[in-house]
Formats: sequence, structure tokens, C-alpha cells
Amino acid sequence: MTAIPLQLPRRLVEFTLDGQEVRAPEGATVLDACRAAGTEVPTLCHGDTLTPKNACRVCVVEVEGARTLAPACSRKVEPGMRVRTGSERVRHSRKLVLELLASSTDLSTTPHVAGWIREYGADPDRFGPEAATRAGREAKVDNDLYVRDYAKCIMCYKCVDACGDQWQNTFAIAVAGRGFDNTISVEHDAPLTDSACVYCGNCIEVCPTGALSFKTEFDMRAAGTWDEAAQTETTTICAYCGVGCNLTLHVQGEEIVKVTSPHDNPVTHGNLCVKGRFGFQHVQNRE
Amino acid sequence: MNDTRRKRRRPAEPYTRITRPMVRGADGQLHETSWPEALDAAARGFAAVRSHYGPDAFGMFSCARSTNEMNYVAQKFTRVVMGTNNVDSCNRTCHAPSVAGLSAVFGSGGGTSSYGEVEDTDLIVMWGSNARFAHPIFFQHVLKGIRNGARMFAVDPRRTSTAEWADRWLGPNVGTDIPLAHAVAREIIHAGLVNTAFVERATTGYEEFAREVEPWTLSAAEQVTGVPAEAIRELAHAYATAERAQMCWTLGITEHHNATDNVRALINLALLTGHVGRYGSGLQPLRGQNNVQGGGDMGAIPDRLPGFQDILDPGVRARFEARWDTVIQPRQGLNLTRMLDAIERGTLKAVYCIGENPAQSEADCAHTVARLQMLDHLVVQDIFLTRTAELADVVLPAAAAWCESEGTVTNSERRVQRVRRAVPPPGEARDDIAILCDLAARLGHEWRYAGAEEVWDELRSVSPDHHGMTYGRLAEHHGLQWPCPSTEEVGLPYLHGRLWSEEPEQRGRLAPFGIVKHDPPVDVVDESYPLRLTTGRRLDSYNTGVQSGGFASPLRRGENIELSPEDAAAYGVQAGEVVRVSSRRGTVSAPVWIDPGLRPGLAFMTMHFPDEVDTNVLTIEATDPIAGTAEYKATAVRVDPIAAGAR
Repeated sequence: MTAIPLQLPRRLVEFTLDGQEVRAPEGATVLDACRAAGTEVPTLCHGDTLTPKNACRVCVVEVEGARTLAPACSRKVEPGMRVRTGSERVRHSRKLVLELLASSTDLSTTPHVAGWIREYGADPDRFGPEAATRAGREAKVDNDLYVRDYAKCIMCYKCVDACGDQWQNTFAIAVAGRGFDNTISVEHDAPLTDSACVYCGNCIEVCPTGALSFKTEFDMRAAGTWDEAAQTETTTICAYCGVGCNLTLHVQGEEIVKVTSPHDNPVTHGNLCVKGRFGFQHVQNRE
Repeated sequence: MNDTRRKRRRPAEPYTRITRPMVRGADGQLHETSWPEALDAAARGFAAVRSHYGPDAFGMFSCARSTNEMNYVAQKFTRVVMGTNNVDSCNRTCHAPSVAGLSAVFGSGGGTSSYGEVEDTDLIVMWGSNARFAHPIFFQHVLKGIRNGARMFAVDPRRTSTAEWADRWLGPNVGTDIPLAHAVAREIIHAGLVNTAFVERATTGYEEFAREVEPWTLSAAEQVTGVPAEAIRELAHAYATAERAQMCWTLGITEHHNATDNVRALINLALLTGHVGRYGSGLQPLRGQNNVQGGGDMGAIPDRLPGFQDILDPGVRARFEARWDTVIQPRQGLNLTRMLDAIERGTLKAVYCIGENPAQSEADCAHTVARLQMLDHLVVQDIFLTRTAELADVVLPAAAAWCESEGTVTNSERRVQRVRRAVPPPGEARDDIAILCDLAARLGHEWRYAGAEEVWDELRSVSPDHHGMTYGRLAEHHGLQWPCPSTEEVGLPYLHGRLWSEEPEQRGRLAPFGIVKHDPPVDVVDESYPLRLTTGRRLDSYNTGVQSGGFASPLRRGENIELSPEDAAAYGVQAGEVVRVSSRRGTVSAPVWIDPGLRPGLAFMTMHFPDEVDTNVLTIEATDPIAGTAEYKATAVRVDPIAAGAR
């Protein structure tokens, strides 16, 4: 008879975080430890359901004795390490990363970023308008369910990982091009409707900047009616098959405008199919 | 009475919500009216039928997509207010055979494993299940399992998108699952791979079972199933030698005239190898509606009281009779299939249909419509004016349970989870439970429920399996799995660990092998109807399309008759060409789609677009004698080019 595999008890690792002695479970990342200790670290490309990609570098911290700054999202805690999250070197690096991202890309719908720009004194305009290598791109509106606005894309690869072997295993998207011209694309840069996309929207779920969004959200933003402060979020169960996926319904003015799924849910881990993500419209089709 | 007020959409237009009650007037049309008038008319009809014909002239079609709480109140309405056990739901059209098979063997009708276990198992068998399309998020757990090193075998007549992920695809002829399973069993026995410790300790009937499968040699099975002997042998050895194995199935097993036998044939393999009652080893029927598991658990079936307790047990009945202050009939009621038969015989006169659409979902649907038209009194409670609602005497507009009500639903891994109200119902549409209580009051039973939680707490007081699941704990634990008798513990991830106990008393009732025989599909393929039509779901659509038709899916391509490239060439038809598809019961027209995943002789359609192409005109109403499920998966058809047919 097989026993239920219980998680092994994890040893606690002692280290120094901003001068304080802290303990974190072995295998935890510096980011995990910071969040447990209530220390704020900005993140963009980090996804709680995804393997760290170390793409954006906005979460860097200083590890004493290390030549370079370390990304908190993937660096594991080690006994005796001394980590500083607010040193001049860290603050300078985060400021520059924010300036580079915000000068090239449209971060107007990225949560928290305006506050970080203020906090770190970043000045994205100092590179001039020529730096906006992405911000001018046209949004791709080629279906009724979701929009790809790559002017807002910071190339964090989270959508590629969610679509690929980490969750959806559909492999509809990948990185195309090189250098300043690289972009997330379906095969042959075709419209979504000619691609392998199955419209699960699990890429939207992980997108940190709003580059991928529900068409409802995109249209309401264009019309100036999108009002997150006026929205409620209610978690319920999908109306379709018997798997029992948890849906969080985002409601504005008594209309469902967006659907997400809790990332810590044991059924979905934040993933849905096309019916769960987009199949809500039947309840609000009125005469 | 067929000519209703035309609130109906044109084909391909989404249904719109109904927001006011409707009653059929003297002119034969449905007219909008007030709630009191509609409730009076509904109650009057039920009372009249009960007084003229007795309680058994009433039948309740309860709803597999409404909450547990609503299903509890609906079955209580049936048993206490109307005094009959004639209550059932669309579980009859899908997984009733799984419930019947599992409860016959293990005494409990639920899947034995949790989704997470499929990630930690060594072998996954997907038998008659295209979960990649029909249960996509369950399939993500399967993909985790595959990425963790599990092998996967897909058993399906079609080479589906699920089969694309398999190590081996076994494509049996439609309706030959029992020969295939028996051959696997025989090979396990002859290779000496039986888990004798488990068989001796936990099962009964092994000797007879071994005799039953003895004729099914690999070559005999190859002849009947079309699966190469070597592939059958490989499945047998892989399943028997895996440390852990999960057997998953869907409607490819259950939508047959001998579906309960099919389920028993799969369970036999788990008993033979000890792949049940352990972490990572189990049996997993994937349920088709968000609360089809819960509807049965709540007693909205003719043979069980809430908590899946046997209605034939006098002790069980006595507890409910005391709680409800009533007398419960000491016999099983009619299931959905038998209720429809009883309408035709003239013994069932009134139906209260909540959120079901039998006029389009039943096999041979023209026959079903004719039967519904024979009723004295039909009350339909729904969110849309479905084809079934168009036939009603009274139509009651309901709230959508999943987003306009409070309550719980139960998923395929027995996990009870909270449903919450995110938006208000439109217009005058009302909560299902409030409507049921208003009707009960008009029929002499004043039930006072302050809300869904009070209904749930009443259920918890009568169902030991649900006792530990308070609303607070359900929110805290992301739902809880039954059985959960204690408010101190969480439920079990897998069932029937008792079968492995050293102590006979703890082992409880032993699991019997099912002695079942091959019985080919009823609708015979011959020269006149040479193609075997099978049915299933597509990724972006769902059942009769009433819900999924409401959103603009880029994947949607309407109904097609899907043919193999070889058959398309043989009939001289092109992709996109509209052809006539005929069975012994009816004819529809549909465009051709060519699917290289089909082998010659096999065709495929869905039920998603019945307003354009009514596939259930073709299907046969040959039903499983134990569970009542129709053989949607095996129809004999012919395909004719329209030009030739018009001559």
C-alpha cells in the first residue's frame, strides 16, 4: 500500500535581511522571504504559478560578496547570506530598469508602476521620444474575445510559459525577431484566428502589463468607461463541465466585464478554458 | 399547443434571458403575467393532477447546473409536497451508469480519486474520454502527470486531441469496450500479473469473472475491437505492472445501451490489479455538468435520499420522515427515461422541469417533444425560453445559479465548493429556491429558509457525508471533499482505502467483480446505413448550446458531419459540401468536415447546434436497463449528396 506523500519538513535557513536576522524555509526565494517579512520588492515578470524567468530585473537585491545584483524572484536563500533590498546600488539599478522599460513601452495599464517610478525617482523621458521603440505599435484586434496590445509588452515571457509546457501546452505563441524588434507572436505572425490558439486566456491571466486583455476591458478603456475602483470581484464556480473551476467574476455596473481564477486554487491554479474564461455572456444577453 | 409566443431567436442568434413569468392563455399562446398569477397557475395544475391521478402522476426534472441547495429543496418538494419519488435530472443522459456501477461495487457513487493524484501517478488510462476538449482543466492535471513521467494510454474510436498526448492510442470499434476490457483482464490473469493479495482480501466473484473473460483471447478481441493484439497486451501489462494507475472515463463509456456493464468492465480491471483505494490509484469518471455529482448526492434521483442514502432502507426513511414530518414512499421512483415512457403511457400527467432542456437533449428528440406535448401540465423554470419551455403551460424565469445565487456545487472529485452571487438576476427573474418555496406554500407547505445557508445546514443535519462542511469551512479550505463527517477534519482525497485493511471488519463489504457480457450497439450498421456515427463535445461549445451559443467564440464552426478522408472520397463529397445524413429515425442536413483522426466507417457529430442541425433526430433511444442512459454514441447512418437526394 502506498502512503500519501507528505511534504518533507523543511529546514529553516537563517540569514540577514536589511540588517535583521530572519528565517525562511530551505528552498524559498529571497522574494518569498521578503514578502514574509513584509519587505516590499517590486516585481513584473515574476508569476506565482510560473518558474522564474529573470527577465525584467526590477526585483534585484544586493547579496553581500556577490559581484552582481541578484534577482530576488529566483535567488534561493542560503544560510548566513546578507541581503540588502534598499541599498543605493539596488535603488539605482531599479530606477534604471524602470526608466528603460517605461521609455520604450507603454506602461499606462501596468499596476503599481507609476508608484515605483515616483519612489525610485525614475525619469523615463530623459532618453527622448526616440526611445519609444514599442509604444507606437498598433493593438492587434482580430477576434471578439481578447486583444494583444504589444505596445505594452515588456517581453517577460510569462504568456509564452503559460501557453507552453508550464500549463496550457498549446504552444500557440513564442518569441519572434531579435533585439529591439523582438516580439511575442503566433506562427508566421498570423492573426490569432489562423493560429493554434484555443482562447483559454491563460496568457491574459499572467500578463503583468495589460498588453493582453479581455476585449471588454480594451473597449471600455477606449471608451473611457473602465473603472476598476467601481468593480467588485466575486469567486464562484464555472457553469459548464463538472471539473469545478473557480471563477472570479469582475463586475462593473451589474455586468461581468472580466474573469480570472485564483492562483492558489487546487482545481485551476489560475487556469481556465475558453468556456470558463469567456463563456459568461449568456447570462447577460438581454432583449 | 406547439405555437408559442415567438420570443425565440433565429438560428445562430444567442438566446436572451427571460425576465417575466408566462402562462399559456385560452388562445394557446404564452403570455407574460405577474408572479402571483403564474405561481397560482403552476400550483393549481399540480394540485389538480395530484387529486385526479395521485402523487405518482407528478415528475420533477431537477437541474444538474443549479446548486446543491436547490436540488435538495427540489427533491424535498417532490417527496414531501407531491408525495412521490419521481425526481431525476440529466445525470441520466450522461454519468448515471458510472454512479450505478461504482455504487454497486463500492457502495458509493463518486469518483474514487482527486485531480492532484493524476499528477503523481505512473499510468493514466483515458478511456472514452476526450478530456483535452471536454474537461480541459482536468487535462492540465493529466499533462502535469505526463510531464512528471507518467505514461498515458488513450482508448477512443477517434484519434482525438487527448490521444495526441498519449504514449499509445487504442482505437476500438464503437461499442466494443467490454471485449477490450475483458481481453486486458484475461491477459493480466494469464501473465500472472493479478494482484492476488488484493483480490483475495477485498473482492468477491473472481473465479466466475476469470471464467467469463477466458474466451477473450488477444486475437479474439482484435477481431471484434479492431485493436491490434499487441496493443491490448501492452495496455494490460502497463496497467498491471504500474505502481500507481488512474483509470479515467467519460461518456464514451456511459452513453451506451449497456453502459453500466461498460463501467463494471473498467472497474473489474482496477479490482484485478489493486488500482483503487490507494493514493495515485483510482477510478475517475469525469462529470459533464458543474453539479451533476451534487444533484445525485442531494437525492434528486429516484432511488436515493440526500447524502446518497438508500431510499429502500427503512431506518434511513424513518430519519427523513421524522425530520420532514411526512411519509416517504417505500419504493424507488421513476428515472427520467421511465418518466418519459410514463408520459406516453398516460400515467404521468404533470412535470416540473427546472433548468433542463429534454426537448433537445434527449435521444430521438422528436419523440420526446411529442411526449411532452401529451402532458396535462408542464411547468418550466429556466433562464431562457428553451425549446422545452416553449411547450410549457407555465414558464417561470429563474436566476442563473452559478452567478446570481448563493449555494454550493460538487465537482468530479467530490469537492463541494461555494457558488456566490456576483450579479443580480435580470428583471423579475427569481432564485430557484424562493420559487420552489412559494409553490410549496400554495400547496400547503410553509417552508421558511432565510437563505441558501439555512438549506445547507438542514442538509448537513441529515447527510453524515456532508456534516462537516459548513459554509465557513468551505470558504477556508477551497471547498471540501465528501465524505466529511466532522467539522474538525478535512475530507478524504481518495475513497475505499478500507479495502486494503488487514481487519475484515474494517474492510466492510467486499467489492464484487462484475460478470458482464459483450452486447454490440443496438443500431446495426448494414448496407443501408453503413456508417457508425458517434457524438461528443467540442472545446468551445457545450451540450445543446443554450449557454455556449451566448459568446462569440473564434473557434466555432457550427455543426458538421465529420468524415474520414477515405469515406469522403468514397461518397464523392467535399469538405464544406452540405449533405444529407440519415438514420433509421430521421434525416438532417449538415456540411462535411474531413477529420483524418477518424478511420473509415466512423463519423462524428456534436449536439451543440440543435437549432441548425438537430443531431438527436438521428440518435437512438436504446437505453441502459440499469441507469436509463441512451446510446448517443452509436448510431447507424448513411450520407447522401444533396443533389442525388433531391432527384
